[in-house]
Amino acid sequence: MAQPLVKKDDDQEDEEYSPFLGIEKGSVLQEARVFNDPQLDARRCSQVITKLLYLLNQGETFTKIEATEVFFAVTKLFQSKDTGLRRMVYLMIKEISPSSDEVMQVIIVTSSLMKDMNSKTDMYRANAIRVLCRITDGTLLTQIERYLKQAIVDKNPVVASAALVSGIHLLQTNPEIVKRWSNEVQEAVQSRAALVQFHALALLHQIRQNDRLAVSKLVSSLTRGSVRSSLAQCLLIRYTSQVIRESGTNSQSGDRPFFDHLEACLRHKADMVIIEAARAITELSGVTSRELTPAITVLQLFLSSSKPVIRFAAVRTLNKVAMTHPLAVTNCNIDMESLISDQNRSIATLAITTLLKTGNESSVDRLMKQISNFMSDIADEFKIVVVEAIRSLCLKFPLKHRSLMNFLSNILREEGGFEYKKAIIDSIVILIRDIPEAKEPGLFHLCEFIEDCEFTYLSTQILHFLGKEGPKTSDPSKYIRYIYNRVILENATVRAAAVSTLAKFGSMVELLKPRIFVLLRRCLFDTDDEVRDRATLYINMLAGDSSVGKTDKDVKEFLFGPLDVPLANLETSLQSYESSEEPFDISAVPKEVKPQPLTEKKAPGKKPPSFAVSANGPTSPVDAYEKLLSSIPEISNYGQLFKSSTPVELTEAETEYAVNVVKHIFNGHVVFQFNCTNTIPEQLLENVIVTVDTSEAEEFAEVASKPLKTLPYDSPGQTFVAFEKPDGLPSNGRFSNMLKFIVKEVDPSTGEAEEDGVDDEYQLEDLEVTAADYMLKVPVLNFKNAWDSMGPDCERVDEYGLGVRESLGEAVSAVINILGMQPCEGTDVVPNNSRSHTCLLSGVFIGNVKVLVRLSFGIDGPKQVAMKLAVRSEDAAISDAIHEIVANG
Amino acid sequence: MQDTCPTIKNILLLDSEGKRVAVKYYTDDWPTNAVKLAYEKSVFTKTQKTNARTEGAEIAMFDGYIVVYKFIQDLHFFVTGGDNENELILATVLQGFFDAVGIILRNNVDKRTALENLDLILLCLDEIVDGGIILETEANVIAEKSVSSSGLADGMSSLSEQTISQALATAREHLARSLLK
Repeated sequence: MAQPLVKKDDDQEDEEYSPFLGIEKGSVLQEARVFNDPQLDARRCSQVITKLLYLLNQGETFTKIEATEVFFAVTKLFQSKDTGLRRMVYLMIKEISPSSDEVMQVIIVTSSLMKDMNSKTDMYRANAIRVLCRITDGTLLTQIERYLKQAIVDKNPVVASAALVSGIHLLQTNPEIVKRWSNEVQEAVQSRAALVQFHALALLHQIRQNDRLAVSKLVSSLTRGSVRSSLAQCLLIRYTSQVIRESGTNSQSGDRPFFDHLEACLRHKADMVIIEAARAITELSGVTSRELTPAITVLQLFLSSSKPVIRFAAVRTLNKVAMTHPLAVTNCNIDMESLISDQNRSIATLAITTLLKTGNESSVDRLMKQISNFMSDIADEFKIVVVEAIRSLCLKFPLKHRSLMNFLSNILREEGGFEYKKAIIDSIVILIRDIPEAKEPGLFHLCEFIEDCEFTYLSTQILHFLGKEGPKTSDPSKYIRYIYNRVILENATVRAAAVSTLAKFGSMVELLKPRIFVLLRRCLFDTDDEVRDRATLYINMLAGDSSVGKTDKDVKEFLFGPLDVPLANLETSLQSYESSEEPFDISAVPKEVKPQPLTEKKAPGKKPPSFAVSANGPTSPVDAYEKLLSSIPEISNYGQLFKSSTPVELTEAETEYAVNVVKHIFNGHVVFQFNCTNTIPEQLLENVIVTVDTSEAEEFAEVASKPLKTLPYDSPGQTFVAFEKPDGLPSNGRFSNMLKFIVKEVDPSTGEAEEDGVDDEYQLEDLEVTAADYMLKVPVLNFKNAWDSMGPDCERVDEYGLGVRESLGEAVSAVINILGMQPCEGTDVVPNNSRSHTCLLSGVFIGNVKVLVRLSFGIDGPKQVAMKLAVRSEDAAISDAIHEIVANG
Repeated sequence: MQDTCPTIKNILLLDSEGKRVAVKYYTDDWPTNAVKLAYEKSVFTKTQKTNARTEGAEIAMFDGYIVVYKFIQDLHFFVTGGDNENELILATVLQGFFDAVGIILRNNVDKRTALENLDLILLCLDEIVDGGIILETEANVIAEKSVSSSGLADGMSSLSEQTISQALATAREHLARSLLK
């Protein structure tokens, strides 16, 4: 922008023009002495206060003595009649408000403020109330309570609002007093002043929020009455959805109370209210497509608004809807696509991730093309969101892995920071793990990437991954060149990792062994100790002349097997190990898993950005469980872990002890892992165990249990109970559980526990093992091919009536849940208003038997649902078992 | 506790280099001055290149916060809310602050004038939000409350005139906006 010529000099010495140039705390505090003058100069005093406020605003702090001095001086200014100065005095007192332990200060200022509170000037009254409520404590509050109650119903809206807002703040500290004002607040809700009504409504709701009936009454009277401001209307919408949430649907008609009101708000004149209502509707639990439609329609209109804030609000809401109801959002796809080029990058990113969620298989290629153009000019943080969305899309449409993998490898070659590159690598690794066909091209992309990778961490991660997956491919030899190049060209850390990877190829692929030896020998002359040490170790081990174990298998286990002690324990043991004659003994390291603090809970209220797409993290929990279980001697010989369930809560939220359980399924055993958390700071629990009653689970017999030695406050620990069950059979049962422990009092000041404890127990909720626990969700690439190749030999077909269901979609998801199988090709989503639907499922049943299921659903007029179930598997007995599951479910 | 009542987390007025002109934090999300400065810096740099000089407010989302903003001359106006907040409520607060500052500074909205009238700007912030709760969103009312109480005798008459003509101007602007929509 062109500046006028005259201003040129001014620009260079811009700072000169700040009225606060060269301002210093010391001199301003000196200046503050004018507050003590017998003849007050109101203007001068105002200026000094402004300077003090400027200093505070810039982050300057006053010592306690300085603050006290300023405070006393400022209180002198109450003598002045100048309204402007008085206003600044109020502001100043709020900024350096004394804490309630400074009784003297509070008393002095309180008397002045109480005088102002009864003044005739409304501005004095309103501000005195706000300041007074800021510094007051319980005893003082009872003294001024009478005035505050009057102020709430004052005819001047500024005074009433000041009292109401102060009431909202005071409710946190003195609820019992503020609750006595509800009659006055109730009256203020009827106020004709828009904002008074808003503030009164907010306060009244907070006073009554624990009284469901009262809140419901409040909502029902206001939805019929008149609400004057948009802000109050937004509040009413929030309270309405709270009432809807707590009352649940009317079971007979399926209608929700007050839904009409939300829908009517979609036609409100203020955009703020429309967005609030649309969002409330989309967030209703179990929202039906009929309820969604009007909200989606207004949001779609908002997508083409000229105002960025409205477009953002609309696309963000639709993005959330797309996670649960992708089909409902598809109508907006055209409008959404035009937002990909939106100037506002937050909007563009939200639009893309929404499209990635709602898109169908045929639109993937076109979408990828549009995104490629967009990727180059957005910030890394947005790119990461897109990469994560693409990862979930690829898992949803495995057939499209080629174009999606290509996209990932293209962006991998472009400029980008560490977090971004890591997100891409993680995605490729996950795709390789879950989609067998993507493995070789994926590994190849990774090899290419490490040729020119500036991040040591990523290089070593990839090399490690190559060592695990590379030898299992059809032609392992082609990876050797890439790996050995690292030994020649990289820094020591990467070289050492490359040496280990080479050794893995050598040990797992017999054919390559001689060539690997040649390469490893060259590494013996490396400049780095670690690289040489590793090369020496691997050469000796692979050549077979070592003292570790006799068979080839032992060597492999020693070199590449999992570390069977927790890393943290190993670290502490190594730290306490002092070099002596005695060699370090790894078997002496405790295998007990130290409780890990709950990181999620402790993060202070920070949530990940809500438009981030949730997808499985790069490390699968199954690996972690396997490690954990194999560290327990009683359990380690149960064989291969078949499946671990997601944690099931056995306690209500916010109880004294929080317990959830993970069900680990083995071929002939089931292990319950109880994750316990003690939420009482004054208690230490010892010998924690869960006793499980199997009277309703006849096929299960308890064979082992592992108590938890100690369970201190807020650091979770695990206890295990193991059962034997018939080999390879999907035994069902219901288990009732009791948490037993010795409780010891802890002195909170010292953290020490008392010596004597008391036996105690705590009833947990029941737990079930069902057929779904024996089914692994395993996707197939192309369902039709898999179905045809399985053949009709072991096919079992039957028909079932499912009775009256809420909707077709609800019936489909119920059956999927009973079977616990993986829906294929997006067939778990039922289009709106369809009368019939086919759903394809795949999975692996206990005993590693592949199972494919084809479900055909039909619904007739009065919501009667019928289903045809066709099962193909490698074993007719299993096909029958699947039918039994459905028949009993 | 307050999750059902709209909450403003902070209002920031920064200059064209991202330095503070006037800021007000209403929650404990940023406990120390250093953390506050870091937040201001990140807000400033992430929005710097965007076009927020148009008639409507711009919006961004990062670190789990929603920020609406508007620039004029060498001043950058920001309002921050939580990531579940209704964006349009935040935008209404921003617009109220922005227009009120315009009225107070008699349309000479730049850093120098703002610093010269810092007392009024601080009063203005005090009239918009109290402890995170929205007090008032009408620019005219905010400006009136901030200015009329600063009884600078000489400025009184002209300022109240100013307020009326300004009121008309914003009214016209509102009309135009609703026609454009």
